[in-house]
Amino acid sequence: MITQDKLKAEDFVARTGNEAVAEAMRQINPDVVAAYPITPATEIVQIFSGFLADGLVDTEFITVESEHSAMSACIGASAAGARVMTATSSQGLSLMAEVLYIASGLRCPIVLAEVNRALSAPINIHCDHSDTMAVRDSGWIQIYAENAQEAYDNLIQAVRIAEDQEVKLPVMVCMDGFIISHGLEVVRLLKDVQVQRFVGPNKPAYSLLDVEYPITVGALDFTDFYFEHRRQIAEAMEKAKTVICKVGEEFGVEFGRSYGFFEGYKMEDAEYGVIAMGSTAGTAKVAVDELRKKGMRAGLLKLRVFRPFPVTELINATKGLKAMAVLDRADTLSTNGGPLFQEVCTALYAEDHRPKINNYIYGLGGRDITPFDLEKVYQELPKLAAGEEKAKPRYLGVRE
Amino acid sequence: MKAPNWKEIPPGGVIAKGGTAFQYATGDWRNSRPIHDLELCINCLRCWVYCPDASIKVKDGKVVGIDYDHCKGCGICSKECPTNPKAIKMFNETDFGESHPSEF
Repeated sequence: MITQDKLKAEDFVARTGNEAVAEAMRQINPDVVAAYPITPATEIVQIFSGFLADGLVDTEFITVESEHSAMSACIGASAAGARVMTATSSQGLSLMAEVLYIASGLRCPIVLAEVNRALSAPINIHCDHSDTMAVRDSGWIQIYAENAQEAYDNLIQAVRIAEDQEVKLPVMVCMDGFIISHGLEVVRLLKDVQVQRFVGPNKPAYSLLDVEYPITVGALDFTDFYFEHRRQIAEAMEKAKTVICKVGEEFGVEFGRSYGFFEGYKMEDAEYGVIAMGSTAGTAKVAVDELRKKGMRAGLLKLRVFRPFPVTELINATKGLKAMAVLDRADTLSTNGGPLFQEVCTALYAEDHRPKINNYIYGLGGRDITPFDLEKVYQELPKLAAGEEKAKPRYLGVRE
Repeated sequence: MKAPNWKEIPPGGVIAKGGTAFQYATGDWRNSRPIHDLELCINCLRCWVYCPDASIKVKDGKVVGIDYDHCKGCGICSKECPTNPKAIKMFNETDFGESHPSEF
Protein backbone atom coordinates (compact mmCIF):
# COMPACT_ATOMS: atom_id res chain seq x y z
CA MET A 1 0.00 0.00 0.00
CA ILE A 2 1.13 3.51 -0.78
CA THR A 3 0.36 5.54 2.27
CA GLN A 4 2.45 8.61 1.58
CA ASP A 5 3.17 10.71 -1.45
CA LYS A 6 5.73 9.14 -3.72
CA LEU A 7 5.00 11.69 -6.38
CA LYS A 8 4.88 15.19 -5.02
CA ALA A 9 1.29 16.32 -5.20
CA GLU A 10 1.09 19.88 -6.39
CA ASP A 11 -1.96 21.94 -5.68
CA PHE A 12 -2.60 23.20 -9.21
CA VAL A 13 -1.22 21.28 -12.15
CA ALA A 14 -1.88 21.03 -15.89
CA ARG A 15 -3.44 17.69 -16.74
CA THR A 16 -5.53 16.23 -19.53
CA GLY A 17 -8.65 14.35 -18.47
CA ASN A 18 -6.94 11.04 -19.14
CA GLU A 19 -3.89 12.07 -17.11
CA ALA A 20 -6.05 13.25 -14.22
CA VAL A 21 -8.03 9.98 -14.20
CA ALA A 22 -4.83 7.88 -14.38
CA GLU A 23 -3.50 9.96 -11.46
CA ALA A 24 -6.65 9.21 -9.45
CA MET A 25 -6.21 5.50 -10.24
CA ARG A 26 -2.62 5.64 -8.98
CA GLN A 27 -3.76 7.31 -5.77
CA ILE A 28 -6.62 4.81 -5.28
CA ASN A 29 -4.10 2.00 -5.88
CA PRO A 30 -6.65 -0.69 -6.86
CA ASP A 31 -5.91 -4.39 -6.29
CA VAL A 32 -6.64 -5.35 -9.90
CA VAL A 33 -6.88 -3.52 -13.22
CA ALA A 34 -7.86 -5.46 -16.36
CA ALA A 35 -8.10 -3.40 -19.52
CA TYR A 36 -7.81 -3.35 -23.28
CA PRO A 37 -6.75 -0.20 -25.16
CA ILE A 38 -9.16 1.87 -27.23
CA THR A 39 -9.06 5.47 -28.40
CA PRO A 40 -9.59 7.86 -26.65
CA ALA A 41 -9.34 5.90 -23.36
CA THR A 42 -6.03 4.18 -24.19
CA GLU A 43 -3.91 6.75 -22.37
CA ILE A 44 -5.57 6.07 -19.02
CA VAL A 45 -4.26 2.52 -18.68
CA GLN A 46 -1.11 3.37 -20.65
CA ILE A 47 -0.16 5.98 -18.06
CA PHE A 48 -1.33 3.68 -15.28
CA SER A 49 0.86 0.83 -16.53
CA GLY A 50 3.75 3.33 -16.39
CA PHE A 51 2.99 3.86 -12.70
CA LEU A 52 2.97 0.09 -12.29
CA ALA A 53 6.36 -0.28 -14.05
CA ASP A 54 7.77 2.44 -11.79
CA GLY A 55 6.58 0.60 -8.70
CA LEU A 56 4.17 3.33 -7.67
CA VAL A 57 1.17 1.00 -7.37
CA ASP A 58 0.67 -2.52 -6.03
CA THR A 59 -1.93 -3.40 -8.64
CA GLU A 60 -2.19 -6.73 -10.44
CA PHE A 61 -2.47 -5.51 -14.03
CA ILE A 62 -4.11 -8.02 -16.36
CA THR A 63 -3.61 -7.50 -20.08
CA VAL A 64 -6.43 -9.18 -21.98
CA GLU A 65 -7.43 -9.86 -25.58
CA SER A 66 -10.66 -7.85 -25.63
CA GLU A 67 -12.95 -5.63 -23.60
CA HIS A 68 -15.26 -8.60 -23.12
CA SER A 69 -12.37 -10.36 -21.41
CA ALA A 70 -11.37 -7.20 -19.53
CA MET A 71 -14.74 -6.93 -17.83
CA SER A 72 -14.88 -10.70 -17.28
CA ALA A 73 -11.50 -10.56 -15.50
CA CYS A 74 -12.73 -7.59 -13.47
CA ILE A 75 -15.78 -9.57 -12.34
CA GLY A 76 -13.69 -12.56 -11.27
CA ALA A 77 -11.33 -10.33 -9.30
CA SER A 78 -14.20 -8.41 -7.74
CA ALA A 79 -15.95 -11.64 -6.70
CA ALA A 80 -12.67 -12.63 -5.07
CA GLY A 81 -12.93 -9.47 -2.97
CA ALA A 82 -10.49 -7.21 -4.83
CA ARG A 83 -10.92 -3.48 -5.51
CA VAL A 84 -11.09 -3.43 -9.30
CA MET A 85 -10.92 -0.76 -11.99
CA THR A 86 -10.85 -0.60 -15.76
CA ALA A 87 -11.19 1.95 -18.56
CA THR A 88 -12.76 1.86 -21.99
CA SER A 89 -14.64 3.75 -24.67
CA SER A 90 -17.13 3.37 -27.50
CA GLN A 91 -16.84 -0.01 -29.29
CA GLY A 92 -15.00 -1.33 -26.24
CA LEU A 93 -17.97 -0.56 -24.02
CA SER A 94 -20.28 -2.15 -26.58
CA LEU A 95 -18.18 -5.30 -26.61
CA MET A 96 -18.38 -5.32 -22.80
CA ALA A 97 -22.15 -4.93 -22.86
CA GLU A 98 -23.01 -8.56 -22.18
CA VAL A 99 -20.59 -8.68 -19.26
CA LEU A 100 -21.66 -5.28 -17.85
CA TYR A 101 -25.02 -6.84 -16.93
CA ILE A 102 -23.18 -9.65 -15.16
CA ALA A 103 -21.06 -7.19 -13.16
CA SER A 104 -24.13 -5.39 -11.83
CA GLY A 105 -26.17 -8.60 -11.47
CA LEU A 106 -23.46 -10.18 -9.32
CA ARG A 107 -23.20 -6.87 -7.43
CA CYS A 108 -19.51 -6.33 -8.19
CA PRO A 109 -18.49 -2.78 -7.19
CA ILE A 110 -16.18 -2.27 -10.19
CA VAL A 111 -15.22 1.28 -11.22
CA LEU A 112 -14.91 1.97 -14.95
CA ALA A 113 -13.36 5.12 -16.37
CA GLU A 114 -15.40 5.69 -19.53
CA VAL A 115 -14.35 8.10 -22.24
CA ASN A 116 -17.43 8.94 -24.31
CA ARG A 117 -17.02 8.33 -28.02
CA ALA A 118 -19.40 7.80 -30.94
CA LEU A 119 -20.32 4.30 -32.10
CA SER A 120 -19.67 2.90 -35.56
CA ALA A 121 -20.78 3.07 -38.33
CA PRO A 122 -19.55 5.26 -39.91
CA ILE A 123 -16.42 4.87 -37.86
CA ASN A 124 -15.61 7.92 -35.75
CA ILE A 125 -13.36 8.41 -32.74
CA HIS A 126 -14.81 11.66 -31.40
CA CYS A 127 -17.20 12.49 -28.61
CA ASP A 128 -20.84 11.73 -28.23
CA HIS A 129 -22.76 9.81 -25.58
CA SER A 130 -24.04 6.97 -27.78
CA ASP A 131 -21.74 4.43 -26.11
CA THR A 132 -22.86 4.95 -22.52
CA MET A 133 -26.49 5.57 -23.47
CA ALA A 134 -26.56 2.17 -25.16
CA VAL A 135 -25.83 0.53 -21.80
CA ARG A 136 -27.91 2.86 -19.65
CA ASP A 137 -30.12 0.00 -18.41
CA SER A 138 -27.25 -2.34 -17.57
CA GLY A 139 -27.51 -1.70 -13.82
CA TRP A 140 -24.41 0.50 -13.70
CA ILE A 141 -24.38 3.87 -11.97
CA GLN A 142 -23.43 6.55 -14.50
CA ILE A 143 -21.73 9.82 -13.49
CA TYR A 144 -20.78 12.45 -16.09
CA ALA A 145 -18.04 15.07 -15.80
CA GLU A 146 -17.95 18.59 -17.20
CA ASN A 147 -14.16 18.86 -17.13
CA ALA A 148 -10.97 17.09 -16.09
CA GLN A 149 -11.32 18.21 -12.48
CA GLU A 150 -14.74 16.62 -12.19
CA ALA A 151 -13.57 13.43 -13.91
CA TYR A 152 -10.78 13.19 -11.31
CA ASP A 153 -13.09 13.95 -8.38
CA ASN A 154 -15.84 11.63 -9.68
CA LEU A 155 -13.47 8.69 -10.00
CA ILE A 156 -12.38 9.01 -6.38
CA GLN A 157 -15.99 9.29 -5.19
CA ALA A 158 -17.04 6.36 -7.40
CA VAL A 159 -15.01 3.92 -5.30
CA ARG A 160 -16.93 4.91 -2.17
CA ILE A 161 -20.30 4.85 -3.94
CA ALA A 162 -19.74 1.45 -5.58
CA GLU A 163 -18.44 -0.25 -2.44
CA ASP A 164 -21.07 1.14 -0.08
CA GLN A 165 -22.82 -1.74 1.72
CA GLU A 166 -26.22 -0.38 0.66
CA VAL A 167 -25.18 -0.10 -2.99
CA LYS A 168 -22.66 -2.73 -4.15
CA LEU A 169 -23.08 -1.75 -7.77
CA PRO A 170 -20.53 -0.92 -10.47
CA VAL A 171 -19.98 2.71 -11.42
CA MET A 172 -19.16 4.21 -14.82
CA VAL A 173 -17.33 7.52 -14.56
CA CYS A 174 -17.87 9.24 -17.90
CA MET A 175 -15.97 12.06 -19.56
CA ASP A 176 -16.24 13.47 -23.08
CA GLY A 177 -13.74 11.97 -25.51
CA PHE A 178 -10.96 14.34 -26.63
CA ILE A 179 -12.80 17.42 -25.36
CA ILE A 180 -12.01 16.38 -21.79
CA SER A 181 -9.82 13.30 -22.21
CA HIS A 182 -7.20 15.10 -24.30
CA GLY A 183 -7.85 18.73 -23.40
CA LEU A 184 -5.19 20.18 -21.13
CA GLU A 185 -6.70 21.93 -18.12
CA VAL A 186 -5.69 23.26 -14.76
CA VAL A 187 -6.57 20.56 -12.24
CA ARG A 188 -6.26 20.58 -8.50
CA LEU A 189 -4.99 17.19 -7.37
CA LEU A 190 -5.36 15.81 -3.87
CA LYS A 191 -2.50 14.32 -1.95
CA ASP A 192 -2.14 10.54 -2.00
CA VAL A 193 -2.90 10.25 1.70
CA GLN A 194 -6.06 12.32 1.29
CA VAL A 195 -7.31 10.02 -1.46
CA GLN A 196 -6.39 6.88 0.49
CA ARG A 197 -8.17 8.18 3.57
CA PHE A 198 -11.24 9.22 1.60
CA VAL A 199 -11.72 5.91 -0.25
CA GLY A 200 -10.84 3.83 2.81
CA PRO A 201 -10.40 0.05 2.81
CA ASN A 202 -12.53 -2.22 0.63
CA LYS A 203 -14.83 -4.40 2.76
CA PRO A 204 -16.31 -7.11 0.55
CA ALA A 205 -19.16 -9.12 2.09
CA TYR A 206 -17.87 -12.35 0.52
CA SER A 207 -14.74 -13.61 -1.15
CA LEU A 208 -14.60 -16.38 -3.71
CA LEU A 209 -11.08 -17.20 -2.50
CA ASP A 210 -12.03 -17.69 1.15
CA VAL A 211 -11.69 -21.47 1.47
CA GLU A 212 -12.92 -21.37 5.08
CA TYR A 213 -16.30 -20.07 3.87
CA PRO A 214 -16.96 -21.49 0.41
CA ILE A 215 -19.55 -19.62 -1.67
CA THR A 216 -21.07 -19.92 -5.11
CA VAL A 217 -21.19 -16.86 -7.39
CA GLY A 218 -23.20 -16.86 -10.61
CA ALA A 219 -25.48 -19.81 -9.84
CA LEU A 220 -28.44 -20.61 -12.04
CA ASP A 221 -31.40 -18.42 -11.09
CA PHE A 222 -34.65 -19.60 -12.65
CA THR A 223 -38.28 -18.55 -12.45
CA ASP A 224 -38.16 -18.98 -8.67
CA PHE A 225 -35.48 -16.35 -7.76
CA TYR A 226 -34.28 -14.29 -10.76
CA PHE A 227 -37.05 -11.70 -10.36
CA GLU A 228 -36.19 -11.19 -6.66
CA HIS A 229 -32.53 -10.58 -7.50
CA ARG A 230 -33.42 -8.02 -10.20
CA ARG A 231 -35.72 -6.30 -7.69
CA GLN A 232 -32.74 -6.04 -5.32
CA ILE A 233 -30.74 -4.14 -7.96
CA ALA A 234 -33.56 -1.62 -8.39
CA GLU A 235 -33.55 -1.09 -4.62
CA ALA A 236 -29.77 -0.68 -4.59
CA MET A 237 -30.13 2.01 -7.28
CA GLU A 238 -32.69 3.79 -5.08
CA LYS A 239 -30.32 3.59 -2.09
CA ALA A 240 -27.47 4.81 -4.31
CA LYS A 241 -29.21 8.18 -4.59
CA THR A 242 -28.64 8.88 -0.89
CA VAL A 243 -25.10 7.49 -1.02
CA ILE A 244 -24.11 9.55 -4.09
CA CYS A 245 -25.23 12.76 -2.35
CA LYS A 246 -23.64 11.79 0.97
CA VAL A 247 -20.29 11.00 -0.66
CA GLY A 248 -20.48 14.19 -2.80
CA GLU A 249 -21.15 16.33 0.27
CA GLU A 250 -18.41 14.65 2.27
CA PHE A 251 -15.99 15.26 -0.59
CA GLY A 252 -16.96 18.93 -0.42
CA VAL A 253 -16.39 19.12 3.32
CA GLU A 254 -12.97 17.46 2.97
CA PHE A 255 -11.69 19.10 -0.19
CA GLY A 256 -13.91 22.12 -0.93
CA ARG A 257 -15.71 20.79 -4.02
CA SER A 258 -19.23 19.49 -3.31
CA TYR A 259 -21.21 17.29 -5.67
CA GLY A 260 -24.85 16.22 -6.02
CA PHE A 261 -27.11 15.13 -8.86
CA PHE A 262 -27.03 18.52 -10.53
CA GLU A 263 -25.09 21.70 -10.74
CA GLY A 264 -27.52 24.57 -11.20
CA TYR A 265 -26.00 27.61 -12.89
CA LYS A 266 -28.02 30.82 -12.38
CA MET A 267 -31.11 28.67 -11.87
CA GLU A 268 -32.43 30.52 -8.79
CA ASP A 269 -34.60 32.98 -10.75
CA ALA A 270 -34.34 31.36 -14.19
CA GLU A 271 -37.37 31.29 -16.52
CA TYR A 272 -35.67 29.51 -19.40
CA GLY A 273 -33.37 26.59 -18.84
CA VAL A 274 -31.21 24.08 -20.59
CA ILE A 275 -30.40 20.65 -19.21
CA ALA A 276 -27.20 19.06 -20.49
CA MET A 277 -24.52 16.56 -19.52
CA GLY A 278 -20.75 16.60 -19.87
CA SER A 279 -18.51 19.28 -21.32
CA THR A 280 -21.40 21.07 -23.07
CA ALA A 281 -22.44 22.35 -19.64
CA GLY A 282 -19.31 24.51 -19.63
CA THR A 283 -20.21 25.96 -23.04
CA ALA A 284 -23.78 26.58 -21.88
CA LYS A 285 -22.55 28.62 -18.91
CA VAL A 286 -20.98 31.08 -21.35
CA ALA A 287 -24.28 31.31 -23.25
CA VAL A 288 -26.18 31.88 -19.98
CA ASP A 289 -23.86 34.78 -19.07
CA GLU A 290 -24.35 36.37 -22.51
CA LEU A 291 -28.13 36.00 -22.35
CA ARG A 292 -28.26 37.40 -18.83
CA LYS A 293 -26.50 40.52 -20.16
CA LYS A 294 -29.25 40.77 -22.79
CA GLY A 295 -31.94 40.53 -20.11
CA MET A 296 -33.07 36.91 -20.43
CA ARG A 297 -33.46 35.04 -17.16
CA ALA A 298 -31.52 32.05 -18.46
CA GLY A 299 -30.20 29.18 -16.37
CA LEU A 300 -28.41 25.88 -16.82
CA LEU A 301 -29.06 22.58 -15.15
CA LYS A 302 -26.04 20.34 -15.51
CA LEU A 303 -27.00 16.72 -14.91
CA ARG A 304 -24.18 14.81 -13.26
CA VAL A 305 -25.87 11.51 -12.46
CA PHE A 306 -27.88 9.80 -15.21
CA ARG A 307 -28.19 6.42 -13.44
CA PRO A 308 -29.92 6.35 -11.02
CA PHE A 309 -32.09 9.10 -12.49
CA PRO A 310 -32.88 11.80 -9.89
CA VAL A 311 -36.62 12.24 -10.54
CA THR A 312 -37.67 14.17 -7.41
CA GLU A 313 -34.66 16.43 -7.61
CA LEU A 314 -35.36 17.19 -11.28
CA ILE A 315 -38.96 18.14 -10.47
CA ASN A 316 -37.75 20.55 -7.79
CA ALA A 317 -34.96 21.98 -9.90
CA THR A 318 -37.21 22.80 -12.86
CA LYS A 319 -40.23 24.13 -10.91
CA GLY A 320 -39.65 27.78 -11.72
CA LEU A 321 -38.99 27.34 -15.44
CA LYS A 322 -41.44 28.39 -18.18
CA ALA A 323 -39.65 26.38 -20.83
CA MET A 324 -36.58 24.22 -21.04
CA ALA A 325 -34.50 22.53 -23.70
CA VAL A 326 -33.05 19.08 -23.17
CA LEU A 327 -29.71 18.60 -24.92
CA ASP A 328 -28.93 15.05 -25.99
CA ARG A 329 -25.51 14.05 -27.29
CA ALA A 330 -27.01 10.75 -28.47
CA ASP A 331 -30.05 9.73 -30.45
CA THR A 332 -32.39 6.86 -29.66
CA LEU A 333 -33.32 6.75 -33.38
CA SER A 334 -36.83 6.06 -32.13
CA THR A 335 -38.09 9.32 -33.74
CA ASN A 336 -39.20 10.15 -30.19
CA GLY A 337 -36.22 12.20 -29.01
CA GLY A 338 -32.92 11.53 -27.28
CA PRO A 339 -32.48 9.39 -24.16
CA LEU A 340 -32.19 12.32 -21.74
CA PHE A 341 -35.28 13.94 -23.23
CA GLN A 342 -37.28 10.77 -22.67
CA GLU A 343 -36.09 10.53 -19.06
CA VAL A 344 -36.90 14.17 -18.36
CA CYS A 345 -40.37 13.98 -19.93
CA THR A 346 -41.19 10.80 -18.01
CA ALA A 347 -40.00 12.34 -14.75
CA LEU A 348 -42.07 15.52 -15.16
CA TYR A 349 -45.20 14.09 -16.79
CA ALA A 350 -47.19 13.58 -13.59
CA GLU A 351 -46.55 17.15 -12.39
CA ASP A 352 -49.41 19.65 -12.72
CA HIS A 353 -47.00 22.54 -13.23
CA ARG A 354 -44.12 21.69 -15.47
CA PRO A 355 -42.17 23.65 -18.06
CA LYS A 356 -42.70 23.19 -21.79
CA ILE A 357 -39.89 20.95 -22.99
CA ASN A 358 -37.96 20.92 -26.23
CA ASN A 359 -35.32 18.45 -27.36
CA TYR A 360 -32.13 19.02 -29.31
CA ILE A 361 -29.92 16.21 -30.49
CA TYR A 362 -26.47 17.71 -31.02
CA GLY A 363 -22.77 17.04 -31.28
CA LEU A 364 -22.88 13.52 -32.72
CA GLY A 365 -19.45 12.21 -33.69
CA GLY A 366 -17.76 15.18 -32.02
CA ARG A 367 -19.55 17.91 -34.02
CA ASP A 368 -18.64 21.09 -32.17
CA ILE A 369 -21.23 23.04 -30.20
CA THR A 370 -20.59 26.72 -29.55
CA PRO A 371 -22.01 29.31 -27.13
CA PHE A 372 -23.68 30.84 -30.21
CA ASP A 373 -25.52 27.54 -30.91
CA LEU A 374 -26.70 27.47 -27.34
CA GLU A 375 -27.88 31.08 -27.42
CA LYS A 376 -30.09 30.09 -30.36
CA VAL A 377 -31.50 27.22 -28.29
CA TYR A 378 -32.37 29.62 -25.45
CA GLN A 379 -33.90 32.15 -27.85
CA GLU A 380 -36.37 29.53 -29.10
CA LEU A 381 -37.66 28.91 -25.56
CA PRO A 382 -39.89 32.01 -25.10
CA LYS A 383 -41.72 31.03 -28.31
CA LEU A 384 -42.19 27.52 -26.95
CA ALA A 385 -43.47 28.87 -23.62
CA ALA A 386 -45.94 31.17 -25.43
CA GLY A 387 -47.29 28.24 -27.42
CA GLU A 388 -46.06 29.72 -30.71
CA GLU A 389 -43.98 26.67 -31.40
CA LYS A 390 -44.66 22.99 -30.93
CA ALA A 391 -42.17 20.86 -29.08
CA LYS A 392 -40.55 18.28 -31.27
CA PRO A 393 -37.13 16.63 -31.28
CA ARG A 394 -34.78 18.51 -33.56
CA TYR A 395 -31.16 18.33 -34.63
CA LEU A 396 -28.74 21.08 -33.68
CA GLY A 397 -25.64 21.67 -35.77
CA VAL A 398 -26.38 19.26 -38.59
CA ARG A 399 -26.21 20.61 -42.18
CA GLU A 400 -29.81 20.79 -43.40
CA MET B 1 -42.64 -23.67 2.76
CA LYS B 2 -43.07 -20.03 1.70
CA ALA B 3 -40.22 -18.89 -0.59
CA PRO B 4 -38.21 -15.95 0.79
CA ASN B 5 -38.90 -12.47 -0.63
CA TRP B 6 -36.28 -10.20 -2.23
CA LYS B 7 -35.36 -8.62 1.10
CA GLU B 8 -34.57 -11.97 2.67
CA ILE B 9 -32.03 -13.40 0.22
CA PRO B 10 -28.31 -12.58 -0.23
CA PRO B 11 -27.66 -9.91 -2.89
CA GLY B 12 -26.41 -10.90 -6.32
CA GLY B 13 -27.57 -14.51 -6.05
CA VAL B 14 -24.59 -15.48 -3.93
CA ILE B 15 -24.99 -18.87 -2.30
CA ALA B 16 -23.18 -18.22 0.95
CA LYS B 17 -22.29 -21.82 1.84
CA GLY B 18 -20.73 -24.84 0.22
CA GLY B 19 -22.00 -28.29 -0.79
CA THR B 20 -25.44 -27.08 -1.87
CA ALA B 21 -25.39 -29.06 -5.14
CA PHE B 22 -26.56 -32.07 -3.10
CA GLN B 23 -29.84 -30.26 -2.46
CA TYR B 24 -30.60 -29.71 -6.14
CA ALA B 25 -31.92 -32.74 -8.01
CA THR B 26 -30.93 -32.26 -11.64
CA GLY B 27 -31.88 -35.79 -12.76
CA ASP B 28 -35.21 -34.60 -14.12
CA TRP B 29 -33.37 -33.22 -17.17
CA ARG B 30 -32.70 -36.80 -18.25
CA ASN B 31 -34.43 -38.27 -21.29
CA SER B 32 -32.41 -41.50 -21.38
CA ARG B 33 -32.23 -43.76 -18.32
CA PRO B 34 -29.35 -46.18 -17.53
CA ILE B 35 -30.43 -49.49 -15.98
CA HIS B 36 -27.76 -51.44 -14.14
CA ASP B 37 -27.85 -55.24 -14.10
CA LEU B 38 -26.16 -56.71 -10.98
CA GLU B 39 -26.00 -60.17 -12.58
CA LEU B 40 -23.98 -59.03 -15.60
CA CYS B 41 -21.76 -56.48 -13.81
CA ILE B 42 -18.11 -57.50 -13.30
CA ASN B 43 -17.42 -54.43 -11.09
CA CYS B 44 -14.60 -53.13 -13.23
CA LEU B 45 -15.77 -49.59 -12.21
CA ARG B 46 -15.16 -48.06 -15.64
CA CYS B 47 -18.64 -46.52 -15.43
CA TRP B 48 -17.68 -44.95 -12.09
CA VAL B 49 -14.47 -43.54 -13.57
CA TYR B 50 -16.11 -42.14 -16.69
CA CYS B 51 -19.39 -40.80 -15.24
CA PRO B 52 -19.10 -36.99 -15.55
CA ASP B 53 -21.57 -36.47 -12.70
CA ALA B 54 -20.53 -38.93 -9.95
CA SER B 55 -23.85 -40.69 -10.40
CA ILE B 56 -22.59 -44.29 -10.19
CA LYS B 57 -23.16 -45.47 -6.65
CA VAL B 58 -20.33 -47.69 -5.37
CA LYS B 59 -20.10 -49.48 -2.03
CA ASP B 60 -17.17 -51.69 -0.91
CA GLY B 61 -15.73 -51.73 -4.43
CA LYS B 62 -18.99 -52.80 -6.04
CA VAL B 63 -21.46 -50.92 -8.22
CA VAL B 64 -24.71 -50.86 -6.26
CA GLY B 65 -26.86 -48.62 -8.46
CA ILE B 66 -27.31 -45.23 -10.08
CA ASP B 67 -28.09 -41.88 -8.48
CA TYR B 68 -31.12 -40.93 -10.55
CA ASP B 69 -31.44 -37.57 -8.74
CA HIS B 70 -28.31 -36.40 -10.54
CA CYS B 71 -27.78 -38.67 -13.57
CA LYS B 72 -28.39 -36.65 -16.77
CA GLY B 73 -28.65 -39.71 -18.98
CA CYS B 74 -25.56 -39.06 -21.11
CA GLY B 75 -25.00 -42.79 -21.64
CA ILE B 76 -21.21 -42.74 -21.19
CA CYS B 77 -21.47 -45.47 -18.51
CA SER B 78 -23.24 -47.78 -20.94
CA LYS B 79 -20.85 -46.92 -23.77
CA GLU B 80 -17.81 -47.73 -21.60
CA CYS B 81 -19.29 -50.89 -20.06
CA PRO B 82 -17.05 -53.77 -21.37
CA THR B 83 -19.33 -56.76 -20.74
CA ASN B 84 -21.29 -58.54 -23.47
CA PRO B 85 -24.20 -58.16 -23.05
CA LYS B 86 -23.72 -54.78 -21.31
CA ALA B 87 -24.38 -54.52 -17.60
CA ILE B 88 -25.65 -50.96 -18.09
CA LYS B 89 -28.20 -50.39 -20.85
CA MET B 90 -29.89 -47.16 -21.79
CA PHE B 91 -33.70 -46.88 -22.08
CA ASN B 92 -35.86 -44.03 -23.22
CA GLU B 93 -37.42 -42.23 -20.25
CA THR B 94 -40.82 -42.36 -21.93
CA ASP B 95 -40.69 -46.17 -21.62
CA PHE B 96 -41.20 -45.64 -17.90
CA GLY B 97 -44.22 -43.37 -18.19
CA GLU B 98 -44.41 -40.63 -15.59
CA SER B 99 -42.94 -42.72 -12.80
CA HIS B 100 -39.83 -41.58 -10.96
CA PRO B 101 -37.03 -44.21 -10.77
CA SER B 102 -37.42 -44.39 -7.02
CA GLU B 103 -41.00 -45.59 -7.49
CA PHE B 104 -40.40 -48.47 -9.87
